[in-house]
Amino acid sequence: MTVHPILAALRRHKSGVVLIGLQIALTLAIVCNALFIIGQRIERVNRTTGINESNLFLVTQSYVGAPSSDTEQGAEKLDSMEQEDLAALRALPGVESVAYINSLPLLNSAWNGPLALKPNAKDGFKMSSYYFSDSHVMKTLGLQLVAGRSFTEADVRHAGFRKLPANPVIIITQDLADKLFPNTSAVGKVVYMNGGSDPSTIVGVVKRLQTPTTASWAARFAYDSTLLPVRLDAFFSRYVVRTKPGQLASTMKAARKALFKVNPMRVIDDDGIRSFADIRDDAYRSDRSMAILMGAVCVILLALTAAGIVGLTSFWVAQRTKQIGVRRALGARMVDIMRYFQAENLFIAGGGVVLGLAMAYGLNAWLMQHFELQRIPLSYLLVGVVVVLVIGQAAVFVPARRASKVSPVAATRSV
Amino acid sequence: MFSYYLALALRSLKRNKVLTALMVLAIAVGIGASMTMLTVLHVLSGDPVPGRSAHLYYPQIDPRALRGYRAGVSQPMRQVTWIDGMNLLRAGRADRQALMTGGRVAVQPEQAGLDAFFEDSRYTTAGFFPMFGVPFRYGHAWSAADDDARARVIVISAALNDKLFGGRNSTGRTLLLSGHALRIVGVLGDWRPNPHFYDLGRGSYGVNEAVFVPLSTSQDLKLDHDGSMSCWGNAGGGQHPSHTSTCVWLQFWVQLDSPAKVAAYKTFLIHYSEKQKALGRFERPPNVRLRDVMQWLDYNRVVPGDVHLQTWLSFGFLLVCLVNTVGLMLAKFLRRAAELGVRRAMGASRRALFAQLLTEAGVLGLAGGLGGLLLAVFGLWMVRRQPDSYAALAHLDPAMLGATFVLAVGASLMAGVLPALRACRVAPALQLKSN
Repeated sequence: MTVHPILAALRRHKSGVVLIGLQIALTLAIVCNALFIIGQRIERVNRTTGINESNLFLVTQSYVGAPSSDTEQGAEKLDSMEQEDLAALRALPGVESVAYINSLPLLNSAWNGPLALKPNAKDGFKMSSYYFSDSHVMKTLGLQLVAGRSFTEADVRHAGFRKLPANPVIIITQDLADKLFPNTSAVGKVVYMNGGSDPSTIVGVVKRLQTPTTASWAARFAYDSTLLPVRLDAFFSRYVVRTKPGQLASTMKAARKALFKVNPMRVIDDDGIRSFADIRDDAYRSDRSMAILMGAVCVILLALTAAGIVGLTSFWVAQRTKQIGVRRALGARMVDIMRYFQAENLFIAGGGVVLGLAMAYGLNAWLMQHFELQRIPLSYLLVGVVVVLVIGQAAVFVPARRASKVSPVAATRSV
Repeated sequence: MFSYYLALALRSLKRNKVLTALMVLAIAVGIGASMTMLTVLHVLSGDPVPGRSAHLYYPQIDPRALRGYRAGVSQPMRQVTWIDGMNLLRAGRADRQALMTGGRVAVQPEQAGLDAFFEDSRYTTAGFFPMFGVPFRYGHAWSAADDDARARVIVISAALNDKLFGGRNSTGRTLLLSGHALRIVGVLGDWRPNPHFYDLGRGSYGVNEAVFVPLSTSQDLKLDHDGSMSCWGNAGGGQHPSHTSTCVWLQFWVQLDSPAKVAAYKTFLIHYSEKQKALGRFERPPNVRLRDVMQWLDYNRVVPGDVHLQTWLSFGFLLVCLVNTVGLMLAKFLRRAAELGVRRAMGASRRALFAQLLTEAGVLGLAGGLGGLLLAVFGLWMVRRQPDSYAALAHLDPAMLGATFVLAVGASLMAGVLPALRACRVAPALQLKSN
């Protein structure tokens, strides 16, 4: 198979060659980056939260006509109402464990604050998300303790939103412990929260607990969480419930009835009782739509490019019928003609791919700058190249077959 | 001649239906994708208060402690404290002004059969309504005198009025809010500014407050605050932020009708910051901003990044579709070299041939535009099904409808230029040989 005749023939159809090459280049650039975006989003969605997500649901409720938490009596009354709620939930038959909590991973409602190693620190902060809960949090969320101990009933206090007292004991995640105390155990160490001077002793370390915020601005501290044994007194509260296996749906219904029976002066929205599976679904819905959209874009672009190749190559075959006939008359077999057209397509696609790789790289650099994407790994580029070449060869198959069927007698006909 | 070209174009398109269908589909897909994303972008970055946005400004000052201040880099806070808000309000240097914040109230209907429910509320001074041009269906807003007197009056939204009173005139009636009886003085008409520019801390789209209470009244009755709050120093937040705490939780909007007034107001803000610094309240040097509505929305990056990404992607898509169309059109036109040669031999000028081929491209563009419009309608339906806050706003308006066809025909004509030029350069003699 000599290369020169192929290139010579292509030089006579410059605009067609340029068009197919350009189309392949653009498709490669877009498809590579689209596949990369899909990969990134899938990675994000598959992140583990560190809690045991099955058989878990969250109750979000608000009291109507409740006292304000700013006064001592108001705070006490609110706390006793919350404890009543917790007791009512615990008494339900399908429930394994209940805890007060202010938020959950993936809920996108977070209280974030900095931790420091010195009191009244001006810098050297490590950002963290606060989970205000009680002594049942480890069992209810299914967290894995890797060092130290979990909260006891004696550790748990309650406080109004605005008047948070000092927190003598806290539990942090392994990721946060590694950031604060790189090579030593964090248990027993003292940190200072919110730039203040009240010491907090770390009594335990859990393996993994994701923060409630899934947005990219919080990605750098996505696994740095702090657990505090404080029930917040406010006009609204959240309770997280672990049910026995298979009893999730029935317990969720029973929970609503039980809470209203204990205290009818409250509002629980229609989606106020949600399973964790729903919370996860909601949190990553836009990622999933983006991945599906990118997938659709890839498929349509590849189909369009294939159609374009089929159209233009069929046209060339029709134009060169006489030449094909001459070649056949001089002894070329059908398979030689097919191979000729496929080689021609490979050359054009090759040129298009080279240009496309440069464009893919450039597009990725632009996306990195404006859309917080990362640099595309080589594997995605290679996959894109292979896909585009295979599709190109498949597309040229039908016109090439039609070309190979031209009979030698076309060389002699003058029509 | 144009009708002749049109007839020729239609006949030629009908001759090879598969190729035509392919080209129309390619254009339709490209146009559909682009128009869907362009419409979403257009709706999201639209002007929430058309006709007024150029005169509404959002003053920003920086009352924080010196710690963490970096000259030239630090941005002032996005809201104001109670003391600063009241000071700016009392100074009254603008044509109109309003101090406001968000809240949440429990509505306790008198009607039996309706349980108590929570609604988003807005606590504001009286200037809010004339400044933003809020329409009223019944009644009117409260006055500045009501603000001072802490009058027990409220304004409710049309939606709440429909829910509680079946849409009838409810002015004069009393509503029980979080245990307090308040008299309705006005019911709003249809007013849903998107984005929710005056308080982005509560969300950018789809936020609709149901109850408006005078700011002074809300503080008197200790109604719950809801919205974004940033504190510094040792202050905490809470449902009832203290009026003296070092927290920002209020939004202050002004109306300034001329550029001279805008400059004067900015100078006033700088002098105010200097005076507060002299009094010891502020620690940083004056760091003020005065942005109008569109600049404020831009600064807060209200349009989600994903929407921008998808819009650029759809343009890339359109580009690939167009390159595809150019290739197919080239093939189509060159295939008819013989016919074109005959026409040239019979006296048609090259320009006539070019015009006819462009007409064909235009017809393709029109058909593709129609297909693209259907795809865009479908695409917007898909967008409306997403649970994003802005999903409900994705509708095709007349401007975008026109833009679809303009884009489709324009793009096809552009795509058709190269093939038409190549095709009309056919040498008649060569084509007329019996080959």
